[in-house]
Amino acid sequence: MAIFVDENTKVLVQGLTGGQGKYHGLRNRDYGTKVVGGVTPGKGGQEVDGIPIFNSVADAVEATGANASFAAVPPKFAAGAILEAAEAGIGFVVCITEGIPAQDEATTFNRLQRDFPNTRLLGPNCPGIISPGKCNIGITAGEIAQNPTADGPNVGIVSRSGTLTYQALYELKQRGIGVSTCVGIGGDPVPGTNFIDCLAEFQNDSETHAIMMLGEIGGSAEEEAAEFIQANVTKPMSSYIAGVTAPAGKKMGHAGAIVSGGKGTAQGKMDALTAAGVKVGLNPTEAGELMAEVVAAL
Amino acid sequence: MDLFEYQGKQYFARYDIPVSPGGPADTVDEAVREANNAGYPVVVKAQVQVGGRGKAGGIQLADDEAAVREHAGNILGMDIKGHVVKRVWVERASDIDEEYYVSFTLDRAEKKHLMMLSREGGVEIEVVAEENPDAIVKIHIDPVDGLSAETARTACTDAALPERAIDGATEIIVKLYRCYTEGDCDLAEINPLILKPTGEVHALDAKVTLDDSAEFRHPEWEDFKGLTVMDDREKMAAEKDLQYIGLDGTVGIIANGAGLAMSTLDVVNQVGGSAANFLDIGGGANADVMAGALEVINSDDKVKSIFINIFGGITRGEEVAKGIVEAMGRVVLKAPIVIRLDGTNAEEGRQILLDAGIPEDKLRSEPTMLDAARTAVALAS
Repeated sequence: MAIFVDENTKVLVQGLTGGQGKYHGLRNRDYGTKVVGGVTPGKGGQEVDGIPIFNSVADAVEATGANASFAAVPPKFAAGAILEAAEAGIGFVVCITEGIPAQDEATTFNRLQRDFPNTRLLGPNCPGIISPGKCNIGITAGEIAQNPTADGPNVGIVSRSGTLTYQALYELKQRGIGVSTCVGIGGDPVPGTNFIDCLAEFQNDSETHAIMMLGEIGGSAEEEAAEFIQANVTKPMSSYIAGVTAPAGKKMGHAGAIVSGGKGTAQGKMDALTAAGVKVGLNPTEAGELMAEVVAAL
Repeated sequence: MDLFEYQGKQYFARYDIPVSPGGPADTVDEAVREANNAGYPVVVKAQVQVGGRGKAGGIQLADDEAAVREHAGNILGMDIKGHVVKRVWVERASDIDEEYYVSFTLDRAEKKHLMMLSREGGVEIEVVAEENPDAIVKIHIDPVDGLSAETARTACTDAALPERAIDGATEIIVKLYRCYTEGDCDLAEINPLILKPTGEVHALDAKVTLDDSAEFRHPEWEDFKGLTVMDDREKMAAEKDLQYIGLDGTVGIIANGAGLAMSTLDVVNQVGGSAANFLDIGGGANADVMAGALEVINSDDKVKSIFINIFGGITRGEEVAKGIVEAMGRVVLKAPIVIRLDGTNAEEGRQILLDAGIPEDKLRSEPTMLDAARTAVALAS
């Protein structure tokens, strides 16, 4: 098993005819992901490297039976693309787009919750999701992910930061530890899928035996996750929070990553996670080492 | 982007939110002109993005032209907590009966907009929240539904605003919500929102933070640029579209992705060094972006070594390497580079660097983030 996506996931790429969409969409297919179609309004009937292009998500779903979508479109079209996928009945939408206005994100999230409760959005501004050996949607370099083994132990990864997601995958690969699924939830203020959604899935996934969580400064998502872990997660965990040395009041790249009014500090998050029984490392490598210890003890 | 008070008021005016008549001034003569236009008495207010300007003497009442000359002369050039006043806002003074507080922002935990309204305005809302939390009415607004006038009115009643203030306050709250949403604000705050003896309600101050991501649909924001306080390095980085924050250490940092960049700062710190900056070249950066980043770092005299930490996803290793080679041809780097390159096309990237034949005292490659941090810190000390 894996969470959210597996070998049966059929993926559409919204924006497959664009630069980013084509590059990553084709890489996802080369990895083994079932990329069954692309969507670009006005370009229906064309092909990109043998993959058929459709004018709308609805057309593409009808023709291919796709159940997931990879939205690789510019910020101003992102909200529309996500809602179009939801309207067409897509159950899982991955949006990698960076720089979507916060107002659009908030509206889209609430619209999905109300009108399309069966559609899960991952992102925006996220690296995507990979269930190693089965399905890779997004921009992760598949070769850095270690395939899970039938008997385990395998680790589930959830991360707020793109490059730290890769770093986490890499740390585990270096140690020969298999990964069930690795989810990059993204660093924006209103992520479609949050830590808790992923932790709950990992807790219930028989193929996942331990969980690694990568957070960063700003907001209170890690603190909320810590509360959830305390009450609901029995699988062992390791974690790292980026931004221990970040100065207050400065936005560290991500719209979400800012320490303001003494809130959202790395220390506060680390303390909350430690109190919930999570082994917290001071850098990604240390979090990887801690995970290796956890896995060895399973 | 944080707006100055006068810019916030100009922005409010676009959404028909009543503010006092006034204008910005960079010189004493301009201040007098604005005062004459607004009508006496006026208030001369320092335009700085830092709290406590009133206590520092940056807000003064002036009854006539002579007083405006005196106060504007004193305030322009004044240093308020490290912020030098380059501009004042001169507006007609208001008679105040009562002061309230209202703001809109995004509640990330609830994923809804949050309105806060209080009868206790004119003081910092954090203080009210601490000392008298019941005095703040909080309402979550689903962005799909928006804010109705009825909800705004109920909030005013709940906040115990006096009857004669409710119509005016309700109207302003609805307009402020429109400004916040359609105007793409991260924060829209009026503190104080005042009730005049005449029964009118209006915005006496404006605190607005715009969402930079929405700039593409707001050509009018162009007017707000140019006055933001940035040091030279930050200015240079902004021109090159790089996420840069100047710090005080000696190890220049370039990384891709905010998380990895923060993590790079952390690791440098843990092995006993200190970062000169935070610099995220973002996803999908090409050779040109990398070359630009190196130029920015190179302009910082404190930098004794440069740590480039790249884990390619959307960013490709060969582009990073090309950028480094290009930058080294374009400018003479004052500090040695230590690079750690992994992820998408990292092999190709490392090969490009090898083929370029850069001597080892200029560029070193390390296999892990920790190794690279140790080397960079050793070179910087």
